[in-house]
Amino acid sequence: MAEERRQKLCSVILPTESMKAMAESVGVGSLQEDSCLALSEEVSYRIKEIAQDALKFMHHGKRRKLTTGDIDHALKLKNVEPLYGFQSQEFIPFRFASGGGRELHFYEEKEVDLSDIINTPLPRVPLDVSLKAHWLSIDGVQPAIPENPPPVPKEQQKTDSTEPLKAVKPGQEEEGSIQTKGQGASSAEVKGSSAKMVPLVMKPRSTHELSVEQQLYYKEITEACVGSCEAKRAVCVCNKCYLFLFQVRVNVVQNNLALLIYLMRMVKALMDNPTLYLEKYLHELIPAVVTCIVSKQLCLRPDVDNHWALRDFAARLMAQSCKTFSTTTNNIQSRITKTFTKALLDDKTQWTTRYGCIAGLAELGHDVIKTLIIPRLSVEGARIKAVMDGPVVSNIDKIGADHVQSLLLKHCASVVAKTRPLPDMVDQYKVDYGYLGTMLCSHVVKARAQAAFQAQTVNRTTLTITQPRPTLSVSQSGLSTSSGSRAPSIIKVPSSLTLMSTRPGTPTQPSPPATKYIVMATSAGAASTHIIESHTF
Amino acid sequence: MAAVQDGPMELDTEKETKPEILSDGTSKLSGNAASGTLSSSPLTAGGAPKQEDQQTLIAVLQFLRRNKLSESVEILRREAGLEDQEDSQTLDGSGGGKGDRDGGEANSLLSRVSITSAAAPQIILSTSVTNEQLDVSVVLSAYSQQGDPSLYQVYYSGLKNFIESVLDCHRAELSQLFYPLFVHMYLELVYNNHENEAKAFFEKFGGDQECYYQDDLRVLCGLTKKEHLKGNEVLLDFRTSRFVLRISRDSYQLLKRHLQERHNNQIWNIIQEHLYIDIFDGMPRSKSQIDSMSGSFAGEARREVNKVKVFHGLLKEPEIEVPLDDEEDEAENEEGKPKKKKTKKDSMGSKSKKQDPNAPQQNRIPLPELKDSDKLDKIMYMKESTKRIRLGPENLPSICFYSFLNAYQGLTAVDFTDDSSLLAGGFADSTVRIWSVTPKKLRKVKSAGELNLIDKESDDVLERIMDEKTASESKILCGHSGPVYSVSFSPDRNYLLSSSEDGTVRLWSLQTFTCLVGYKGHNYPVWDTHFSPFGYYFVSGGHDRVARLWATDHYQPLRIFAGHLADVTCTRFHPNSNYVATGSTDRTIRLWDVLNGNCVRIFTGHKGPVHSLAFSPNGKFLASGSTDGRVLLWDIGHGLMIGELKGHTDTIYALKFSRDGEILASGSMDNTVRLWDSTKAFDDVETDDFTAATGHIHLPDNSQELLLGTYHSKSTPVTHLHFTRRNLLLAAGGYSSQ
Repeated sequence: MAEERRQKLCSVILPTESMKAMAESVGVGSLQEDSCLALSEEVSYRIKEIAQDALKFMHHGKRRKLTTGDIDHALKLKNVEPLYGFQSQEFIPFRFASGGGRELHFYEEKEVDLSDIINTPLPRVPLDVSLKAHWLSIDGVQPAIPENPPPVPKEQQKTDSTEPLKAVKPGQEEEGSIQTKGQGASSAEVKGSSAKMVPLVMKPRSTHELSVEQQLYYKEITEACVGSCEAKRAVCVCNKCYLFLFQVRVNVVQNNLALLIYLMRMVKALMDNPTLYLEKYLHELIPAVVTCIVSKQLCLRPDVDNHWALRDFAARLMAQSCKTFSTTTNNIQSRITKTFTKALLDDKTQWTTRYGCIAGLAELGHDVIKTLIIPRLSVEGARIKAVMDGPVVSNIDKIGADHVQSLLLKHCASVVAKTRPLPDMVDQYKVDYGYLGTMLCSHVVKARAQAAFQAQTVNRTTLTITQPRPTLSVSQSGLSTSSGSRAPSIIKVPSSLTLMSTRPGTPTQPSPPATKYIVMATSAGAASTHIIESHTF
Repeated sequence: MAAVQDGPMELDTEKETKPEILSDGTSKLSGNAASGTLSSSPLTAGGAPKQEDQQTLIAVLQFLRRNKLSESVEILRREAGLEDQEDSQTLDGSGGGKGDRDGGEANSLLSRVSITSAAAPQIILSTSVTNEQLDVSVVLSAYSQQGDPSLYQVYYSGLKNFIESVLDCHRAELSQLFYPLFVHMYLELVYNNHENEAKAFFEKFGGDQECYYQDDLRVLCGLTKKEHLKGNEVLLDFRTSRFVLRISRDSYQLLKRHLQERHNNQIWNIIQEHLYIDIFDGMPRSKSQIDSMSGSFAGEARREVNKVKVFHGLLKEPEIEVPLDDEEDEAENEEGKPKKKKTKKDSMGSKSKKQDPNAPQQNRIPLPELKDSDKLDKIMYMKESTKRIRLGPENLPSICFYSFLNAYQGLTAVDFTDDSSLLAGGFADSTVRIWSVTPKKLRKVKSAGELNLIDKESDDVLERIMDEKTASESKILCGHSGPVYSVSFSPDRNYLLSSSEDGTVRLWSLQTFTCLVGYKGHNYPVWDTHFSPFGYYFVSGGHDRVARLWATDHYQPLRIFAGHLADVTCTRFHPNSNYVATGSTDRTIRLWDVLNGNCVRIFTGHKGPVHSLAFSPNGKFLASGSTDGRVLLWDIGHGLMIGELKGHTDTIYALKFSRDGEILASGSMDNTVRLWDSTKAFDDVETDDFTAATGHIHLPDNSQELLLGTYHSKSTPVTHLHFTRRNLLLAAGGYSSQ
């Protein structure tokens, strides 16, 4: 292989056409073929030479990237005037085009209005160089602080969680996952504080008082997550995602919309963190996210607050996690779809939940919309019509129906536009889709016009509906790997869980401290139905 | 080559501006006013040429005459004893012209010229840095007589078949021939305009070469025209310096017999003309032995090169007794230290009074006298060292990492002061920044007007001269006009050196935070500079392939160390200040004697440019790191490679021994700091007498055993490492966000 590469290197020579083009650009009309060849060989050699010198500057600049500055310096060595105007790092002036069997590189030169440049406010001054010290190692052991990289690479996390022997003994596994190479025992001590938090999650059902330290820790984490600093959120969240479910549970029942939004953003940060092996915690995350999509009530004033946006955001998150984590063994997508569909088919479902189900399904892609939502359009239409035209039941219902309607139109229109052949006849739509037909038709017409919008949604994941597998491999929490689909059960917990202490100043302080709530996730795997049960002493 | 040419050109530019210094330089280098004092002539004159090539000298004479450097011609001829053939007619023509111009200054000017002439023969002496005038014609003419170009492939494959058919024990040794023969045959073809044959030849046999020659082959494959040869220094060097092979007598006989039987004159000629075969008696070496030593541009080092005695011992601390007295006073006066400690230090002092048999004479190199402040610093050092942590495999150092944030990949060099109080960073935007890493802020000295107002008799005058208004945690030094590639603090913390792409080395004052001197001479990027452990001297090395030794009060270099075949990438002073080590892109490390400018050691074995060097604190060993991610350990006294530390995956930019030498720390582009057990690495080898005698080493593959720890940073390449006096390891690097 090396040989191949070298031969390639050997033969790389600029095409003679470019010599001709360059000659023309400086006014030399007819350049002979021989001279072109000689020129291109010479030029190729010189370019290679300069590139080699530029590499030296890169090495001494202690970089991995060759910059235009390096090439300037290399030219300077050869007593050649450097090329000016290529200082920007991102700017690559050449654009590429091909067509008619020819490949072309060209400058994209835009006309710049000077007054625009003068009138634009000056960009912010870049931050000055600063110095920051941290401990890379203390007596030979690397402390687990944000300044140091996570002690365990992702690959190892994966083997840890997939290794069956270790999964059985969670205590051992924890230690193994934290060990840095060679200094296991002592490093576990150093990181005692974070390691001790893990059992808290492992036994979510056992209710016990949180120690003062744990409460403090919880407070810290919450503050970091809820704070304004996006980067800090991503960092701090790293190895603490298990606490997350608690917060969702607590906040859902508190109807604290703002905090829920923050928490969903936190999930997003978790998912975007490339160093984290999230598969282990999916059973914790997914129920929480699903709760935020389908929960009956997410805020104190459902008629005023925009909890719809939260549902949309959570639905997108759900779709993202389906895309990333769905495998043949865990079947996340099909199980999620099943859950949503079930709720959708139920006549008694609230408008809010209905909205969440549709949003969740719609985000999963076109195929899902086509197979699961569009056939239901007429039914849903009838229901919406009943609310809209019928006697005024409640304002909340009306708003709900309204939102569902616009959501359906938004998502279905693009799909219909793609699948349905022209022409778009209003009458035909009415026949096919009932009450919504008229509006859908106009939307479809609009959607067809917006080709760009289509392009965006084309490459969504497709759905393959398979029989959901009853077992779940990720089962560290002791969550029952139930066989068959057990009916969603309500588990009442005589809760002495004082997670939300009445500590003043904590942003997550509950309003009625007397009431305790808990949310349980059960039945066919982690990603399924959620029942919220309130229990008052 | 640039070194020689630059001399005369530079002369013109500088003579107007600095006439007074000029005459100073004259007295020093012409040698007639040599005295023992430091300021005027710190070093005795460089070794006189002994047995140089007549022809080279004549060529130099011609060159000088053409450039109207008549005085130099005269001196050179006198020194070389070439009185016979040339007569002095040129002197009248050109020398007279110069004399007319400026009567008074002419003398100093002309003798100033002798600087270049004194430097020139030295360069040519030590190796083969050549002039543009010499190179193309002289050097390439060797290729002019040719056989049939189409037969080259036959010759080469004939030899290949032969080598593949010989006994295993000889095959590894004879395989060394492949690469140099391949290159020379290819270049011969190119030189004689057989472009297509050359390409075919390359394609057929290029793949057979050892993988560590890849980089060179890449250069080679682009080179297909005779004209290309002219400008390419690397290949010219390949030509001028003979490639050195070390082959056992048996293998050599075998090869000779084969070539004679086949009447393969073509190959035989190349071997005769371009290769230097170092024949030794004894067992042929194994493949691994050969591989560990090969890889450099010009083959292995000749054995006799590394036989020179090197005084690698440490200088005895002459000032020990003085500070002991001082210290007692100090201790009582300032802190009232308990008496126990003093006795301890006494014993320490007496221990180091014993003279090391390997140490050079105390005054072999004139060193600056200690000032009072230096003595105070020594005392501080001794106090600190009593609190030093004893490191070892069981007791690893703590590492404090200094990350440069918002440096946008622009951080190019870092240095700490010896007492770890200051940190300097060189940046690609031409600035140098200094930080105080202690709570003590950086303050400038007041301006001259304000200084006049100060009562000079007061006790705290040193405190009063500082301008409190300027106190800040960091200072910026501007002056360079290109990326700063290295920074180095003087041991007394009063000065800072920086070297840059603009070809200068600058000396900065850390009292006023201004530039004091710009040392010009390299004219090409200066990759590295380093202060002597005793101050005053410093060494720099750059793209012009020479390393220069300077003294801070001379604007001309005192020594030019020429011999590397490519850029000098890193330079380090030996702890006893008598030697300088340089690492180069030609993948060798050379050790130079400061006294006479001779090269006393050549270490080969790296497979990539050497980017970091570190002497062990006892001066016996040298560690070097290169782009191939390997650290090699060398025994300076025996001139041997004694260890190879594998583990890094990218260029090693930082190497440092702990204060007692038990731990070697290495920092790399791969964002890791690694710690190695150097005691063990050195112990394993020191017991083996046989290898020392033959020079053939068996490297134990024990990198994993020696590796004590690996510490990953978060996307921050490690550019510098430093052990504090108490053996805390400080690391520094620029955080890169992607």
